[in-house]
Amino acid sequence: MANLILSSEFSPLMWFLIKFAQVGLFVGVLSILVAALVLADRKIWAAVHMRRGPNVVGAFGLLQTIADALKFFFKELVIPAGTDKILFIAAPIIALVMAFLAWAVVPVAPGWVISDINIGVLYVLAISSLGVYGIIIGGWASNSKYPFMGALRSAAQMISYEVSIGFIILTVIFLTGSMNLTEIVAAQEGGFWNWHMFYLNFENPAHLVLFPVMFYMGVLFFISALAETNRPPFDLPEAESELVAGYQVEYSSTPFLMYFFGEYVNIMLLSGMMTILFLGGWYAPIDIGVQFIPPFFWFFAKCAFLFFLFAMVKAIVPRYRYDQLMRLGWKVFLPTALIAIMIVATVVTFFGTGAA
Amino acid sequence: MLVTISFYLLAFVAIASAMMVVVSRNPVHSVMFLIVTFISAAGLFILMGAEFIALLLVMVYVGAVAVLFLFVVMMLDVDFVELKQGFLQYLPFGFVLALILLAEMIMVGAAYFSGESKKMVKFDSEKSNLERFGEVLYTEYAFFFEAAGLVLLVAMIGAIVLTLREREGVKKQDVSKQIARTPETAIEMVDLESGKGVGS
Repeated sequence: MANLILSSEFSPLMWFLIKFAQVGLFVGVLSILVAALVLADRKIWAAVHMRRGPNVVGAFGLLQTIADALKFFFKELVIPAGTDKILFIAAPIIALVMAFLAWAVVPVAPGWVISDINIGVLYVLAISSLGVYGIIIGGWASNSKYPFMGALRSAAQMISYEVSIGFIILTVIFLTGSMNLTEIVAAQEGGFWNWHMFYLNFENPAHLVLFPVMFYMGVLFFISALAETNRPPFDLPEAESELVAGYQVEYSSTPFLMYFFGEYVNIMLLSGMMTILFLGGWYAPIDIGVQFIPPFFWFFAKCAFLFFLFAMVKAIVPRYRYDQLMRLGWKVFLPTALIAIMIVATVVTFFGTGAA
Repeated sequence: MLVTISFYLLAFVAIASAMMVVVSRNPVHSVMFLIVTFISAAGLFILMGAEFIALLLVMVYVGAVAVLFLFVVMMLDVDFVELKQGFLQYLPFGFVLALILLAEMIMVGAAYFSGESKKMVKFDSEKSNLERFGEVLYTEYAFFFEAAGLVLLVAMIGAIVLTLREREGVKKQDVSKQIARTPETAIEMVDLESGKGVGS
């Protein structure tokens, strides 16, 4: 599979067919994973609450998500009076498509990537900045107060945290000297001390200074990812005690399912990005004696662990107030990320990049 | 072949949606068409091999500027039918603007095809878009780059100065003060006699 993906010696039709198959594979696997993740999310949440969680449909409730999805498909689609019909339907589609689009550049194993472009990081940032439209249009097109408030909150929140995510990613780009996601992973080969999160570069001792900085950047990225995906404790756009369900209030049936789906695909994307940027992508934590395990497994395991953290945070952390959210983004994350950029840039300029 | 088809498709979509920005009655739809225009323009940049500019266009204009447009337009409470009346009185002004634009475009086109030597960055297919950009931006045009940054900084500070106002007597959360509270400073132990309040 790996060699097929990168070769471009086929005719345009053949190229199209291969890409089509790859996209289909990605979308299929991601969809199945979403079903699993929704269940995992609910189970973890239930376990923290000392409940059982969904356990009726299928063994251990394994088919619960599929039953839910089927239910949504067969429900009647209600379009409230006074909505902007075209935009009302288009908004969830935009949200879902943008969530999937970003996966085009995410490498899940050596060569297992749909498009290995040189500015992959920038592409992911650009696409995720488009994702906000699904929410903001949906809130406005509903022609209702709560959705509109939710949409405005969400837009402000996502734009604020995109800024700090951009700066955090810059530190990683400085260290690797590339915006290609595959190269960023390749720079972290060989043991967890080479991962950007636990950055202990013994070959270039000056880089040891960067260990606390990069660890902090990793933590910051995780928290920003929570805010970027509107997950608790930053789920202000859909805070049910304040806005009922935020931008989703007027949505029912398949469009609601699309929003729901898009949200989880986005969560997976940010877990994947965190894995690639900070946790060494598909490389094993210790590179001795585990060569028989396929690289994809490590990528998947790291993503799953990050998702577990996402779910735990949802279960144990209370929701932020809106002004606290904004203060955290603009007054804490942004300045500290800027300082970190200065430190990393200084070290890289005077002592060379990571690969000594 | 494929490039030509894509070019004409993207160019057509860009121009048509740019038209729709002006024509459409609903201002939110106008912004939506503006976004379509931006994305088509980004597609055209990719066809030219300038993928960095294309993604920057999407990120900055679609991801930030258009969102702010949408913000403002969505919250406007203006009767747009009323606003559109007397629209024709702006026709002469718009005509002058269009003429100026046309003249500028003709001048640029004429200069481009005049055959005079142009100051251009040499195309070096070995390096990526990004590297070529950086090499020119931080050497030859370093001063302009920094100056642009300063101008933006001044604009930002100006906006903050204009909107920031400290009102007296407004209760605000002071985080450091909150965290600095200890039982000693926050709790007062009082011996109470039964039948008497805490007062005085």
